[in-house]
Amino acid sequence: MEPRHHLPDDLLLAYAAGSLSEGWSLAVASHLTYCPTCRQRDAALEAIGTAALEEMPPSPMDPHAFEACMARAENFEEEQPAKLSMSATTPAPLRHYLGCDLDAVKWSPLGGGIRQHLIETGDETRARLLYIPPGEDVPQHTHQGLELTLVLAGSFADGDEEFHAGDIEVADETVDHTPISGPNGPCICLAVTNAPLVFRSWLPRMIQRFAKI
Amino acid sequence: MIDVASTAEHSWEALLIAVAETGDRDAFSRLFAHFAPRVKSYLLRHGSSPSQAEDIAQETLALLWRKAGLFDPDKASASTWLFRIARNQMIDRIRRRQRPELDPNDPLLAPDPEPAPDKQASKHEDITAVRSALAQLPEKQREVIMLSFFEEYPHPAIAEKLQLPIGTVKSRIRLALARLDSLLDRNAHGES
Repeated sequence: MEPRHHLPDDLLLAYAAGSLSEGWSLAVASHLTYCPTCRQRDAALEAIGTAALEEMPPSPMDPHAFEACMARAENFEEEQPAKLSMSATTPAPLRHYLGCDLDAVKWSPLGGGIRQHLIETGDETRARLLYIPPGEDVPQHTHQGLELTLVLAGSFADGDEEFHAGDIEVADETVDHTPISGPNGPCICLAVTNAPLVFRSWLPRMIQRFAKI
Repeated sequence: MIDVASTAEHSWEALLIAVAETGDRDAFSRLFAHFAPRVKSYLLRHGSSPSQAEDIAQETLALLWRKAGLFDPDKASASTWLFRIARNQMIDRIRRRQRPELDPNDPLLAPDPEPAPDKQASKHEDITAVRSALAQLPEKQREVIMLSFFEEYPHPAIAEKLQLPIGTVKSRIRLALARLDSLLDRNAHGES
């Protein structure tokens, strides 16, 4: 089923421009795998980038640039594309970071049956997989920055909205919510944040000190 | 002799296909003459030094030659293909970071819907149409779109340059893109 919750234009534009850092880009590329609508939008935004490139006033190249370029082209090492085995459960960009499928991920418990798996990115974002048992709520929290949550398996509800595999939720400091996982099976999400979540009660705050959420 | 500066989009495509099929150096030299100086400016605008910009521009065009065989005119215009190579070189060499991308062979990849019958002709974006729609945008909207291609997300630098709150930058980007969409629609219908 095609996702119903999409990426906003400002994030897709930043991705098309190449100005989005690694953690956010991981969530965007994974959502694009599920979502033909956002892929089409991405292509339209790349066309704007192409127009911007065409509008650049030309800067003169070195007088021997063409010959130098041809010499490089002749001498490129043949690139062997990395053979990455594929799976039908884990988007390839994410699988590249995990090194395995979702069902082989090593989880750390966070309490209340909720588990996480931290993903290394080389930037200021924190990326993690979250495993939330059926019918469990993530304690009520708000955000100091941005949070992108992509559903990979199962579903969660946030207020009146339901999020299924491929759906992405964008939350910022204006959102105060208590997402609840769906009743049928655990919900596994990719969550990317750039600032700690702000929990409403003391127990999650205590767990937070250990879990780096 | 073709005036390179005014060569239309479909000619870039023909030249790139000639490079792919017969290794046509003359065709490539015309692509080089048009695109290398623009890629160099794009890289300078992203903060590289003149010697680094020269180096990466040469590398970008060398990659265009090398990867020409992978170019699929049904999926992208020739200039967008080049834009992607230049952008990815910029991310790799200037920003020095990874850019996760979807894999077209991913079994999880949701298939594209069949195009509507009246859209069969345009398999990808028409860059000439996008340029003329951009030119019709109000100056402030055009400015914020152009800046988006050169400044880091989430746009504090744009907000500073324009002396606007970040929220206003975001909403101006949204308005500008919506306006661009309706201009593209209107221009397309005006032509048919």
